[in-house]
Amino acid sequence: MYQILRQIVRTGIKTEAPPAPDQDLRVAAQRLERAMLETLGRALVIRQIDAGSCNGCELEINALSNPYYNLEALGIKFAASPKHADLLLVTGPVAKNMEVAVKRAYECTPAPKLVVAVGDCGANGGVFGESYASCGRVANVIPVDVAVPGCPPTPLALMTGILTAISSR
Amino acid sequence: MRLLGQDLEFERLPGAQPVHRAACDDAGLLAFAAAAKESGGRLVALWGSDERDRGTGFALHVAFALAEGLALVTLALPAGHPEYPDLAPLFPAANRLQRAAFDLLGIVARGADRRPWLRHANWPADFHPLRRDCDASRQFPPQNEDYPFVRVEGEGVHEIAVGPIHAGVIEPGHFRFSVVGEKVLRLEERLGWTHKGVEKRFEQFRLADGHRLAGRICGDSTVAYAWAYCLAAESLSGCQVPQRALWLRALLLERERIANHLGDLGAIGNDAALSFGLSQFMRLKEDWLRLSAELFGHRLTMDAIVPGGVAVELADPGGQRIREQCDAIERETHRLKNIYDEHAGLQDRFLTTGRLDPALASEYSVSGIAGRASSQSWDLRTQNPIAPYDELDTQIASHRSGDVAARVLVRFDEVFESLRLIRRIVDRLPRGGLTAPLPAAREGSLGVGWIEGWRGDVLVALSAGAEGGIRRCHAHDPSWHVWPALEHAIMGNIVPDFPLINKSFNLAYSGVDS
Repeated sequence: MYQILRQIVRTGIKTEAPPAPDQDLRVAAQRLERAMLETLGRALVIRQIDAGSCNGCELEINALSNPYYNLEALGIKFAASPKHADLLLVTGPVAKNMEVAVKRAYECTPAPKLVVAVGDCGANGGVFGESYASCGRVANVIPVDVAVPGCPPTPLALMTGILTAISSR
Repeated sequence: MRLLGQDLEFERLPGAQPVHRAACDDAGLLAFAAAAKESGGRLVALWGSDERDRGTGFALHVAFALAEGLALVTLALPAGHPEYPDLAPLFPAANRLQRAAFDLLGIVARGADRRPWLRHANWPADFHPLRRDCDASRQFPPQNEDYPFVRVEGEGVHEIAVGPIHAGVIEPGHFRFSVVGEKVLRLEERLGWTHKGVEKRFEQFRLADGHRLAGRICGDSTVAYAWAYCLAAESLSGCQVPQRALWLRALLLERERIANHLGDLGAIGNDAALSFGLSQFMRLKEDWLRLSAELFGHRLTMDAIVPGGVAVELADPGGQRIREQCDAIERETHRLKNIYDEHAGLQDRFLTTGRLDPALASEYSVSGIAGRASSQSWDLRTQNPIAPYDELDTQIASHRSGDVAARVLVRFDEVFESLRLIRRIVDRLPRGGLTAPLPAAREGSLGVGWIEGWRGDVLVALSAGAEGGIRRCHAHDPSWHVWPALEHAIMGNIVPDFPLINKSFNLAYSGVDS
């Protein structure tokens, strides 16, 4: 225990300031009222869905929980069920084999059902495009509020996208 | 030349690696597979191709790892009746490879398990996208599939169904547990959810830019896949890659290995309830990725390896920065390893949990970190070293207990060894150019690339198309062999230990579904 405490003290606080929202990432206009945004801004629950990604985006989404980005300190956390989520963070292209599962998860999510599409694939189909096996971008399958391009997007870009989804204009 | 005393005439493919190729018939394939197994070799990959436009029907390709290198045997299959002998009785890992080959190409393993694998009822059973006359842009309405899982029956037995969407930031898959109380009697996996039609998609890429798609088959192994692809393209076109580029490729590959191992060491600690480990290792990993972004322009170094060389350079003071970071990461990882080693609660969760028996690992041709934790001493960097590994004298990690603890130890060993390799690469980096032009390739020529990624050996087999195009590209992930072995490693463990066991393997989903 002593070694663990010593290491924690030695490490210190690594958390950095979060980025500002970027309205250019919006796919659809803000649907939520200011009062709701103020609540979500302090307590947002995200359900992440890998709809067919290469796992690159997942690596960077996982990095959001590291001490540098420390997403949870902003009141944002990941939940295990779409039923507990305010926002779906969806990577892809949406694989044809995942189409039904993604639609079901969206149906299970309570309002306001914010959706952030992640990565070049989630935003526009990326290198995989559309085919017998790929539905392409996330917006081809469920409505999208914000899209964060990048292959994969950096953790800062991901944070910007998430914060944009709950920002007022 | 002959291999394993078998009656097949092998020819060595051009390129840096020992890849030997022979044609065979049904009996020759079975005899060679049996001899490969007998000699301690393993099945690496199995795939098919459509050669009807050349008048030779379909073809089945099977790659084996032997002491002599890679043996690739090709069996011609008649166009109207494309069947071949089932290899699963000899190499059980062939089961899913054969099912995937049927889904994609409609070639049949005689008498074998015929359940679909990559196809989930979302396109018709007679739609085989890799057939050259198939219009793969067609889309069909999604269907609910009734997949015939093997049922376990008896008093008190019930099923737990998990996925495809998992309860974390993880790739999708479906796990069907049959349990009594909290004890797991049986696990059956159903994968294929992230199938994106990559092998068909390759036909729309050029030889010179296919590395971009290859580097996105499995995002955590982008360097390994891109290198394997480029090696295949360079072998079939006779490209001589500059020495400096080869050394920089190894630098990137070892950096990828360390990044993933650091992340896994943290996540495994977290799954055994030590969140301190996750925070600490994720901090180290973030430092590591930030230096990659600074020096090479991308945190995961995607698209850094290109056909003919590399698209990155290491200029002063980059080498010094890398050396300093290696020292810092080594110091911190030693400290954290001591904490892991001495943490009784953690070791209690690690030891004897999720044991993959060495005999079973051998049966399933398990390689990579999972294999090296179960006495399977396969590592291309020591067994078939290409430049610069032929000058680096890589030490192979090897443990015997096959449990979570052994897979943790393999990762610690490999972090320290890769740090040593990186310092050596930086110190001895030869001068010279970064790329060589890719010569025009003869249509139909075949190239193979085989690279020891952080998870295990990645294989890419590439066939050149007309005018710089791609005729066929098959990429194989080492997880194909470990997934079925995991079904055994979980037996008799308790359900709450599954996340820990699964994380200790950390297998690819997209890599096998692609």
